[in-house]
Parts: sequence; structure tokens; C-alpha cells
Amino acid sequence: MTFEWDWAYTQEILPILGKASIITVQATVIGFILAALIGLVFALLRMSTLAPVRLATGAVVEFIRSTPLLIQIFFVYFVLPEFGVTMDAMTAGILALGLHYGSYCSEVYRAGLDNIPKGQWEAATALNLSTLTTFKDIIIPQAIPPVVPALGNYLVALFKETPLLSAIAVLELMQTAKILGSESFQYTEPITLVGLFFLFFSLVSAALVRQVEAWLKTRHGGA
Amino acid sequence: MEQVQSRLVVAIVLSFFLGLMVATFADVRVFLPELLRGAWITIQITAGGIVVAILAALAAAIGKMYGPRPVRWLAITYIEIFRGTSALVQLFWLFFVLPYFGVTLEPFTVGIAALGLNVGAYGAEVIRGAIQSVDRGQWEASRALNMTRMQALRRIILPQALVAMIPPWGNLFIELLKATALVSMISLGDLAFKAQQMNQNTLKTVEIFSLVLLIYLAIALVITSLMRALERKAAKGLSRGRG
Repeated sequence: MTFEWDWAYTQEILPILGKASIITVQATVIGFILAALIGLVFALLRMSTLAPVRLATGAVVEFIRSTPLLIQIFFVYFVLPEFGVTMDAMTAGILALGLHYGSYCSEVYRAGLDNIPKGQWEAATALNLSTLTTFKDIIIPQAIPPVVPALGNYLVALFKETPLLSAIAVLELMQTAKILGSESFQYTEPITLVGLFFLFFSLVSAALVRQVEAWLKTRHGGA
Repeated sequence: MEQVQSRLVVAIVLSFFLGLMVATFADVRVFLPELLRGAWITIQITAGGIVVAILAALAAAIGKMYGPRPVRWLAITYIEIFRGTSALVQLFWLFFVLPYFGVTLEPFTVGIAALGLNVGAYGAEVIRGAIQSVDRGQWEASRALNMTRMQALRRIILPQALVAMIPPWGNLFIELLKATALVSMISLGDLAFKAQQMNQNTLKTVEIFSLVLLIYLAIALVITSLMRALERKAAKGLSRGRG
């Protein structure tokens, strides 16, 4: 069989894939905001003074991190409705992405929180600040900037996992490419284009993360 | 320490729930054998993927660091393409597009190749980092002992780099295990595929998907503890060598 790239077909499907990429970007952005928030909550819970809370959160994070995202997506989409929580495919997918990457992000935050010098905690106590104020005004503002590049890496990773949403029929890039392929029996063009799309955006965002990293280094005295 | 405790809690909770499910749901005994057959495929793909990943990573890392220019470019292209695109897209590309080039592979082979190459690209960077973390003096000493570059790499540098790369490889193997769930989408009968199939047949959604998560967790725990043991063993050899 000879291999041919069909340019006319490429032109025909490019706008359709372009429209689908908006869904992919939406899932990425909302999913990551969710992951960043869930991650912070997990990280703070792991610092709790109550040992059971600490251990339980650790176990949950460990559990989410060692099971496949695909099964978690199915779980949120198929199992939660049995408990009366029904949501559409897109919401379920974003929730699963947020939970999965939230547990990864919590480890990143934890590294940032662990790096705060003991003196900062002691000074906050000496100034009679409440726990809430200590976290909000002293600890978190110092803990987060250094870990932004590591969070950025997970943003790129989350972006690359969004094709999994095609498994619950969210009409993102991969699902659209599959449908196009099955309609025309030409899989080469749609799937290659999707691959190029991901490659392009991953390289761009990896470069952006490096820029942010360099900027943070100059701003924070480059340790 | 806390990490180890969490893992212990996970293991205890895991065995508790597994026991509870088998004891309370009669259905579990019906679909457990089928799920375990799927799990066996998952384990085979994970094992095959690990072998492919290590070989690809080693070749790409050494090619990128010491190869002549064309080899270096080839290695960089491989690493960037497989790290820059989704694993699922790679899987579909190998499965749907390769036949147009006249190469038709079994789903099983495609699964092992795609996942192994994907994880191998990340592993290449792990190996490169570990090799670069070995003290320069070790290279100079090997040169002084009249070793060739290959000899120095194989006998002096890699054994020391090995210690530094075991923990990140452990993480990558877990990633690989989790990524095997993707092969269900090219109709390979792994654990994730059996889960969907049984779910459609029996509609016991809660039991099946909970059980499947627990099985994945059990496999992940086995990999983690194996890697921990390997880490201890490799580090022991090193300290004896230095002392």
C-alpha cells in the first residue's frame, strides 16, 4: 500500500479540529485550576496537627496517584450517579482530571511548604498571629512562588492527558479525530494533526515554564 | 517516614476493602476471575513496556550525550516527540496510522511498543541526569586507567548512576502501569477493558470499578516495594565499594 498525505482532506478537517481544540483547552484550564485548589487543600490537610487527618489525606493522595486516570474518569462518570450525583461527561472528566492532578500538585506544594524556614513559624507565633493569618499572610505567599515551575510541568502533563476524556465521549480533539477517521476511513491525517497540535503546544508551554522559572530565580535572589 | 506510613495505611485499607467486597457481594466472586484475567494482560503489558522503556531510554540517553551529530539529533527528536504528545495519541497513531505504511501490528505489540517508547522518552532524561550527577573525577580516573569511553561508561559510571536513577524509575514504572489502561481503547482485553465489558454486561458499576481500582493499587504497591528493595540493594553495593 502506498502512503499519501491528502492535503485537500487536511484543509477540510482543520477547522473542525480547531473547534474541538477549544474544548481541549477549556478542559485543561478548568481542570488545572481545580487541581491547583485541591492540591493546596490536600497539602494543608497533610500538615494538620491531628495524626488521623494527616494519615488519611496521605492515604487518599497515595491511592489517587497509583491508580489509572482512565479508571478514575469512569468511576466519576459511572459510579457517582449510583449515589445520586449525576453530571455530564465534560464535568465528570474535568473533576477527575482535577482530582488526579490535585494529588500530584499537593506533593509539589508540600515541598514548598517544607522549605519555609522554622524561624518564619516562630516569628508568626511571637507576633501572636492566628493559624489562619500565619498561613494566609506568611507561609503560603512564600511557599508558592518557588514551586510554580513544578506546577507548570503538571499543567503540561494534564494537557496531554485530556485525550482520555474521549473515553466518555467528550467531543475534544481525540474524539473528534476518531469520528473524522471513522467517517472517511482516513485516520492518518486527523490523528497526525492531533499529534502535531499536542507537540506544538507542549513545546511552547515547556518553553514558557522555563521562562517563568528563570524570572522567578532572578526575582527571588537565585538560590 | 510519613510516606511509608501512608503506604502502610493504603495497604491495610486495601486488603480490608478487598476482603469486605469478596465477603459481602456474591457477584464479586463471579466477575473476579474475569477481572484477574484482565489484570494478567495488564501485568504482561507493564512488564513488556518496562523492558522496551529501559532499552529505549538507555539508547536515547547515550545517543543524546555521546553520539555523533545525526544520532544525537535522532535521540533528541525521539525524546521530544514522545514527551510532547499524549500517550493516547501515540497509541492510536501506531495502531491506526502505521498500517498505511504497510506495518500492521497486533494490539498487544502496539500497546507494549507505544507505552514503552513513551515512558522510555521520560526515562532517557532520568538516565541523562543520573549519569551527569556522577563526579567528573570518575571519568578522569577511568581515562587515567586507560579505559575506553564505553568501558568507563559500562563499568564505572553506569553502576554509580544506577543508584540515583532507581527512585525516579520507580515512579515511571507506576506511570507505565497506569498508562496500560489506555490499551483498552484499542480493544485489548486488559483490566480496564474487562471492567467496561463487565460493567455493560452486569451493570454492577460500583462493585466493578471499585474492585478494579483496588487491583491496580495492589499491582502498584508490589512495584513500589520491589523498587524499594532494589534501591536498598544498589545503595548497599555502592557504600561497600567506597568504604
